[in-house]
Amino acid sequence: MYVAVKGGEKAIQNAHKLMARDRRGDTSVPSLSLKQLSEQLYLSVSRVMAEGSLYDAELAALSIKQSRGDLIEAAFLMRAYRTTLPRFGYSKPIDTAKILIRRRISATYKDVPGGQLLGPTFDYTQRLLDFKLAADGEAPTPEMHKFEKKEVVPRVTDLLNDEGLIEPDELLAPDAPVGDITREPLTFPADRDLRLQNLARGDEGFLLALGYSTQRGFGRTHPFAGEIRLGEVEVDFFMEELGFEVPLGTMTVTECQMINQFQGSASTPPQFTRGYGLVPGQGERKVMAMALVDRSLRAEELGEEIDSPTQDQEFVLSHSDNVQATGFVEHLKLPHYVDFQSELELIRKVRKEWQEKREASEQELVAEAAQ
Amino acid sequence: MTERAETQSISGEHYNFAYLDEQTKRMIRRAILKGIAIPGYQVPFAAREMPMPYGWGTGGVQVTAAVIGKDDCLKMIDQGSDDTTNAVALRNFFVETTDVNTTTKTKDASIIQTRHRIPEEPLTKEQVLVYQVPIPEPLRFLEPRETETRKMHALEEYGLMHVKLYEDIAKFGHIATAYAYPVMVQDRYVMDPSPTPKFDNPKMNQMEALQLFGAGREKRIYAIPPHTKVVSLDFDDHPFEVTEFEQPCAICGAESVYLDEVILDNGGNRMFVCSDSDFCEERRDAGYVGHPGTNPLEAEGND
Repeated sequence: MYVAVKGGEKAIQNAHKLMARDRRGDTSVPSLSLKQLSEQLYLSVSRVMAEGSLYDAELAALSIKQSRGDLIEAAFLMRAYRTTLPRFGYSKPIDTAKILIRRRISATYKDVPGGQLLGPTFDYTQRLLDFKLAADGEAPTPEMHKFEKKEVVPRVTDLLNDEGLIEPDELLAPDAPVGDITREPLTFPADRDLRLQNLARGDEGFLLALGYSTQRGFGRTHPFAGEIRLGEVEVDFFMEELGFEVPLGTMTVTECQMINQFQGSASTPPQFTRGYGLVPGQGERKVMAMALVDRSLRAEELGEEIDSPTQDQEFVLSHSDNVQATGFVEHLKLPHYVDFQSELELIRKVRKEWQEKREASEQELVAEAAQ
Repeated sequence: MTERAETQSISGEHYNFAYLDEQTKRMIRRAILKGIAIPGYQVPFAAREMPMPYGWGTGGVQVTAAVIGKDDCLKMIDQGSDDTTNAVALRNFFVETTDVNTTTKTKDASIIQTRHRIPEEPLTKEQVLVYQVPIPEPLRFLEPRETETRKMHALEEYGLMHVKLYEDIAKFGHIATAYAYPVMVQDRYVMDPSPTPKFDNPKMNQMEALQLFGAGREKRIYAIPPHTKVVSLDFDDHPFEVTEFEQPCAICGAESVYLDEVILDNGGNRMFVCSDSDFCEERRDAGYVGHPGTNPLEAEGND
């Protein structure tokens, strides 16, 4: 009957053993290899790399395996690991105009220099369950062609920029310090570099819902998908000791440039404005939502009325992180009985007084009626 | 709190002593020092991602990690008890990453990390009490915006809080806050004591031990130095009242301590026992007993 206060330790150990057993599932079924995960569930791996803020497909695959496919838990494992890694410094900014393109589309032009390249996409597939996959059917091998040279594909926004129709990218001094939300606490109002960092690791579902809400009129920004591109880009690092840049390798990124309604003022002619999204790996839904949200968060800077949640920095940036959100929501599972006890005492007291008052007033009424 | 830089092994992997790297610990110590210099003021700090979830004590863990040394003796409690699940998990974290001695005895600990309680036994100047804080901002539920609340603190504009307390009295006849009851620290900052029951608030006043508060998700640290004035907010005609229990602890007979209500059966029978498990044990060892027949430890079939 008495819930002994001893036993927590053993209970935890046993719970973890049980979880490990469930994670493995039926042992007559072969265990997943990390390679299988990173090759065949790459979009999950991408999401975990983005939200876990760590570009490492193998570790992301391990996180997904360890978390039984719970992608938020997987992102959390990545975050907890990344925080222990030593920091050498910051890479040079990547140049997405130099992406080795695998997919690139623009919704604003019929054709653009560099072409429309559909690439690997679910778009235009018939969403019919493929039972051949269930039967372990192998996909037909696509024809491979060797291509000659690296073609630099100009950004659509750069083409617009030539005409001055779109606001230029903000130009910062080359030595301007870039904020780092993992090293400094976020304060408000936050500059765009910090906002974009926050969104890049923000929860895809949260950004999707916010972006969607702007499309439905809660802080409308009239967006066009100017360009979405996916491909590999080189990452360079400036070595102080050597005095020059060295390439660290390449990474896959997805980028979205939204072109939004034009603005104008006494000092600047009307021009389109930008919303920007970029994530490591392949995450098209995420970058599109991110670009919508980024544009909405510029409301103050562009002199727009702020009346929707997506335009509200503090609302968006404080709640976008799913590792934080899941921790706090789920912490309600922890024992809270001490607090609850204090509420119990209070509510009993207040109810007792309420009852007494009510009885007293009833008696008064009876007394009055008798008179 | 002596020499720190040493590595510890967690399942074969090498992490720094107390998990955090030394640079991070320095950053946290700076925030702690600032907090001590301005009692009750919330110091922003660059909280790290920890290997336990946000909301599960990451702030307290980072503060403890920043102040712990290999000669320390750590006590970890949650809801007043050393054996609640999360207290066990966090204690193991420090055992694995620091190998320091741990204890369940309040008086033997040099650092006590807690969630939701202050031990019954008065703490001494040799001790540090580290609180895990979920929402450090006492004004948050009156004004959700950080930009606004920071201004309100800067201007010492606490009218909104008093209005809230007044409205409670008008509606319920009492201030309807039973835990996380706001306090005024050294006549300057209104502070959230973390979700400790208001029963514990008076212990914070003029405490001999150093009190440190860590909120990891919200990235704030604050502190109450020893011998600091901490006053629970109230009104002259509605003074602050400490929760009182109608009966003593069923096991050790202690009075004027915080009790847990334990439901015994489907018939609604219940008993009240000390929330501070160490305090209760010490008393039992000293020969105190509860009300005859109420001690379930003596009941048949319970061992």
